[in-house]
Amino acid sequence: MTANDFIQIGIYLVVLLALIKPMGSYMTHVFADQPNRITRFGGGVERFIYRLCGIKADEDMGWKSYGIAMLLFNVCGVFLVYAFQRLQQWLPLNPQHFPALSPDLSINTAISFATNTNWQAYSGESTMSYLTQMGALAVQNFLSAATGIAVLIAVVRGFARKTTKGIGNFWVDLTRTTLYVLMPFSFVLAMLLVSQGVIQNLKPYVDVPVVQTSTYANPVTDAAGNPVKDAQGNPETKPTPLTTQTLPMGPAASQIAIKMLGTNGGGFFGANSAHPYENPTPFSNFLEMLAIFLIPGGLCITFGEMVGDRRQGWAILATMLVIFIPLTIGVTAAEQAGNPILHSLSIDQHASALQSGGNMEGKETRFGIAASSLFTAITTAASCGAVNNMHDSLTPLGGLVPMWLMQLGEVIFGGVGSGLYGMLAFAVVAVFIAGLMVGRTPEYLGKKIEAYEMKMASLAVLIPCALVVICTAIAVMTPIATATVGNPGAHGFSEILYTVTSATNNNGSAFGGLSANIPFWNVMLSVCMFLARYTLAIAMLAMAGSLAAKKHVPASAGTLPTHTPLFVTLLTCVVIVIGALTFLPALALGPIAEYLMSAH
Amino acid sequence: MSRLIRNALTMLLVMTAITGLIYPLAATGVAQVLFPHQANGSLVVRDGKPIGSELIGQSFTDPKYFWGRPSATTPQPNNGTASNGSNLGPTNSALHDAVQQRIDALHAADPSNTAPVPADLVTASGSGLDPQISPAAAQYQVARVARLRNLSVDQVQALVTQATQGRQLGLLGEPGVNVLQLNLALDGVQKR
Repeated sequence: MTANDFIQIGIYLVVLLALIKPMGSYMTHVFADQPNRITRFGGGVERFIYRLCGIKADEDMGWKSYGIAMLLFNVCGVFLVYAFQRLQQWLPLNPQHFPALSPDLSINTAISFATNTNWQAYSGESTMSYLTQMGALAVQNFLSAATGIAVLIAVVRGFARKTTKGIGNFWVDLTRTTLYVLMPFSFVLAMLLVSQGVIQNLKPYVDVPVVQTSTYANPVTDAAGNPVKDAQGNPETKPTPLTTQTLPMGPAASQIAIKMLGTNGGGFFGANSAHPYENPTPFSNFLEMLAIFLIPGGLCITFGEMVGDRRQGWAILATMLVIFIPLTIGVTAAEQAGNPILHSLSIDQHASALQSGGNMEGKETRFGIAASSLFTAITTAASCGAVNNMHDSLTPLGGLVPMWLMQLGEVIFGGVGSGLYGMLAFAVVAVFIAGLMVGRTPEYLGKKIEAYEMKMASLAVLIPCALVVICTAIAVMTPIATATVGNPGAHGFSEILYTVTSATNNNGSAFGGLSANIPFWNVMLSVCMFLARYTLAIAMLAMAGSLAAKKHVPASAGTLPTHTPLFVTLLTCVVIVIGALTFLPALALGPIAEYLMSAH
Repeated sequence: MSRLIRNALTMLLVMTAITGLIYPLAATGVAQVLFPHQANGSLVVRDGKPIGSELIGQSFTDPKYFWGRPSATTPQPNNGTASNGSNLGPTNSALHDAVQQRIDALHAADPSNTAPVPADLVTASGSGLDPQISPAAAQYQVARVARLRNLSVDQVQALVTQATQGRQLGLLGEPGVNVLQLNLALDGVQKR
């Protein structure tokens, strides 16, 4: 690694930590039960929305009502996004006249965006009308993020409240998140991104004449559109002059802003944040990386303030950083070392003042190794899934890091809201293990952790693990699935493992060589995304309901303090041990096998 | 339950109106006023007509131009409507062969240059539309372009410097040379 690599990681962490505290405190006010400056400021709009929707804002919901409201709202969203995609050819704002999407791709995309996954089996610039992007996909970017945050706030209320049934009102939490947190910050970020060169317009695509005409090998297709093959079975091509280039247009910045802030990650364009219109400069890249961690990091502070002990929030944040920083250094070092199979060629992969060097396949010049590797670690630690470089072309160990960060359950920052409630499930497991060691009933934040809480925490931790392992096994036994891999050998297995991992943990990034737009993947991944997202959320709401009903137990000499370095160490170990025990065998067959073969 | 369903549907419609129409249209309006050049694609305009974008790389194959990053888009390289990388795995022999071919093409264009080729000049970019190459990749090509255009190395060097963008704020990202801007400047020098 170069000094520059360390400097860029260092600057990022310093700026992030400076922003997290005010962001967290701001959100504490947004969700406070008592009216304050922020909620009074938007009170008129809020009340108007509640009246329009027939919502009783002062109704305190039990966990079941809260969960049903959440689920109903999300399912309605799935249907609406599905309809937009199927009807877009008849709707306005479709200057490129894109046709309707296939049913399986539409349902996959609808579930993907509603679950905050944003797995994309399509390429935006050649598939989606501006109306579908703005009115369906960007809307779900907001609402899935708001859903995650709302569920988290309800879970935190479960810890903070005593002997009550209510854990808040889903509609109020959803509305406040959207109005006070997501919209204003997205608007400011969108304008900053436009200043850097991200596009924001409703114009049709622009054709330009190229400066130097050239010819390219254009695959020949028959009347039915199928590729024609020659005698050897290779696709036949004919030299075609290249005289124009089509520049895509569209309302990109407004969607990209919420895509990062809401840890959604669904690109406006196929190449996502590698696209120069989606992420044009190193500064836009820096802003996008900050936006990914801003809310998940800030929510740790919000959590601490809501349970009345800021140190609890810092301890969770510290655990996340303890895992995040070494893995970031790991991916950067692997990428900076370059690709060993190219060393024998006449190629210079060394870093110097004139080039970043390293493994540049799939990376953009303006980001080089440092800003690409850092982005890779951030986007997979958080369940964002936006990419500014092609993860499929990462070195074997460089690709292992993002895969494992997702497999840890998306709790290292994780998705907005969902990352922290996932981490709280791990925290409950950690205090339980500590309780076993000394033979005491475990407590967390003044609440006794009993069998019911442990069952819910175990479900939350184990469901994604089980889904990944089982669905990967199904895929590798299915010939139509294995035929979709884009690379031979161990890397092909890595592509399948990455795909299932990403969908199940609601990340959405991809090893893009795998051709995912077939009914098998569209359907199986839809099931993974849906099950993991909502069973986990419901399990955590159930735990919150149970906790809220308990009384507060004052800390005694036998209570394990959960704000100390000791607890941070314990929690880190629990997260890593579960992640490693579950996935090491699978990882050994994929990236680790590939690494050993390439090093040989 | 029926009340919850009604709440969910109306809330979804209200939120769609706010975040799916008001928000993006307001953002478009403000962006068009504050940053019209960027919001519309940072187009390079000559004689009132767009001839490219500062941000989107074009394909250059003629040895008298600087070549950009290899592009893996299909069917043609630098396809603005199908951005993508190669997605070749690190140990895939197809990657090794593609890099070898690109090195051979550079050697064929300039047999006198035997220096190792900077990595970014022979590896496909992430978007397939990367507008930049590293300063090292530009230096690798300066002598060739100068010779084929009968310009002095110093003249070409000066144009490369003009087209070079340093690290942003002196710290972020990596320096790069905008290939379209550089090649347009080269054509401009020769017209004069």
